[in-house]
Amino acid sequence: MALIELTGIERSFTLGDSEVHALAGLDLAINAGEYVAVMGQSGSGKSTLLNLLGLLDHPNTGAYRLEGRDVTTLTADEQARVRRERIGFVFQSFHLVPRLTAAENIALPLMLAGIEPAERSRRVDKALQDFGLANRADHRPDQLSGGQRQRVAIARATIMQPAVILADEPTGNLDRATGEDVIHLLEMLNAGGVTLIMVTHDAALGARARRRVVMQDGRKMTDEAT
Amino acid sequence: MKLPDTLRFATRAATGYPLRTFLMVLAMSIGVAAVVVLTALGDGARRYVVNEFASLGSNLVIVLPGRSETGGFNPVNAVTSTPRDLTVGDAQAITRAPAVLRTAPITVGTSEAVFNGKLRDVTIVGTTADYLKLRRMELAQGRFLPAEDANAAVAVIGAKIQSELFGNQPALGQVLRIGDRRLRIIGVLGQSGQGLGMNADEVVILPVTVAQAMFDTNTLFRILVEARGRPLIEQARAQALEIVKARHDGEEDVTVITQDAVLETFDRILGTLTYGVAGIAAISLAVAGILVMNVMLVAVALRTNEIGLLKALGAEAGAIRNAFLAEATLLSASGALVGYLLGQLGAFALRTAVPTLPAYPPDWAVIAALLTALSTGLLFGVMPARRAAQLDAVQALAKR
Ligand SMILES: Nc1ncnc2c1ncn2[C@@H]1O[C@H](COP(=O)(O)OP(=O)(O)O)[C@@H](O)[C@H]1O
Ligand SMILES: [Mg+2]
Repeated sequence: MALIELTGIERSFTLGDSEVHALAGLDLAINAGEYVAVMGQSGSGKSTLLNLLGLLDHPNTGAYRLEGRDVTTLTADEQARVRRERIGFVFQSFHLVPRLTAAENIALPLMLAGIEPAERSRRVDKALQDFGLANRADHRPDQLSGGQRQRVAIARATIMQPAVILADEPTGNLDRATGEDVIHLLEMLNAGGVTLIMVTHDAALGARARRRVVMQDGRKMTDEAT
Repeated sequence: MKLPDTLRFATRAATGYPLRTFLMVLAMSIGVAAVVVLTALGDGARRYVVNEFASLGSNLVIVLPGRSETGGFNPVNAVTSTPRDLTVGDAQAITRAPAVLRTAPITVGTSEAVFNGKLRDVTIVGTTADYLKLRRMELAQGRFLPAEDANAAVAVIGAKIQSELFGNQPALGQVLRIGDRRLRIIGVLGQSGQGLGMNADEVVILPVTVAQAMFDTNTLFRILVEARGRPLIEQARAQALEIVKARHDGEEDVTVITQDAVLETFDRILGTLTYGVAGIAAISLAVAGILVMNVMLVAVALRTNEIGLLKALGAEAGAIRNAFLAEATLLSASGALVGYLLGQLGAFALRTAVPTLPAYPPDWAVIAALLTALSTGLLFGVMPARRAAQLDAVQALAKR
């Protein structure tokens, strides 16, 4: 059984009186533990695909099965729970809460899940150690470098031990060297068993993935594994 | 998301934007403080008047010259011109009424008192021996006016007059000159305080006929009548009116009021006033409520990204709604608390500035102000919180 199974997915937006098919006739299956790079030109539907996989968006038609379960028919609260427990997001623009410290940002998913404060701080401390942020715990985002911010974001995405990490151009706002570090970190997590799905239009980064899905006009153009 | 976490999250959000929070709390606290101070003022005035009347004595019926049209007490009618004199004879006649315990005729005027070259303006009260008991006053030294001799050239002086004119010297037995009369001081009143705007510490009390002669008048300012008991107040009033009417050729040319009626009227007027100012002040609370809504709507707009993120991290719509609602409640609650403290401080300042005014805010006003502040905050916080909860996650995340 595949971790992710998309069949016949359509997602269209109406802009004025024209209809944009962001995703059209998309079938995709991804197994647990895979490392997939989603590539393609700007506007080809990469972000829409990722949002859909993360249950932030809904297809107009088609089925999405996550860990064997049809998740498109779940209620909004049930979907929130799936996001909380099974999915971790990493964004291009980090999306840290500016008034909270690094530790508090990492703790957010634990807090939303209602986990006890003692257990929370234990797990956050460990994450801070693991991600090399131990001496940055009490720093607010504006006191951190870009690379550190993305590391906080990755720590936050993995703190609930999700099945899959969805990263939309995670190095887009970073310089080359820092981007390398972040990719390395994500690859380490993947090596630890987490499924990694990463949008990028950097061919060199795409080449590092074990599988590349190239999108064009909302369709899967190529899907190759190495 | 658990309640303590929701509260902590909301607190962090409130303290994360200190200027906004400060302005918000200020607006709400001004509303609450206004209610507290204004009702303290209104209720203080009411209590002041009520105390003043109560200090006159108890079971009191007052006969005023002049007819009041409404029959009830009306401060304007009470000072209209006198058609027929109200006399000492009238007072004596009323004393014989069955429901009446005692009476005291009163003539009031001002004059200058001189002792040993020291000169002072004084309020002269001309009355009879029963005045002391009727007003429940105490003597510090000597005796009060004699009951037997209504023409005696004697005077009883207030405590302040004694200290100002005589200092440490004994006043008893000394001769005080008032106008062109020389009066022997036979008594000094104990310290008392206010009584209907007339400070009993600053009066000189003379036999009524002496005072009337001094002011060259036959009429009285009023006659104080004490009923034999509380249940007999109404009877005493009717009998007094009947007697004076009979003595004035059947014409009802006096007004007889009971202390209770006067008290009730003032109580009602000033009570209504207090509700009025409370209402006006409450409007500022409603305005503050609308401000809460706007501030929270701006907060939702400014934090759209954050809301999208929380959704991506798996927050249910309810958790987001609660967080924003908690923030609105927190802001209005701290506004209410600060306002309450400011209001109490204001009331304290009022009492310090005007010590005779018991300017304490009534409990109902304080509770109403706090409840209104909290509920408007909550009420006006609902709409922005719901708007936050209903945001589309993808669009919220994409917004810059
Ligand atoms: N909310 C939206 N409203 C209208 N059109 C949208 C919306 N989101 C995406 N699109 C359109 O869908 C297509 C795919 O967008 P997107 O998935 O963001 O592309 P990519 O991430 O590959 O650059 C684009 O043509 C884009 O303009
Ligand atoms: Mg994109």
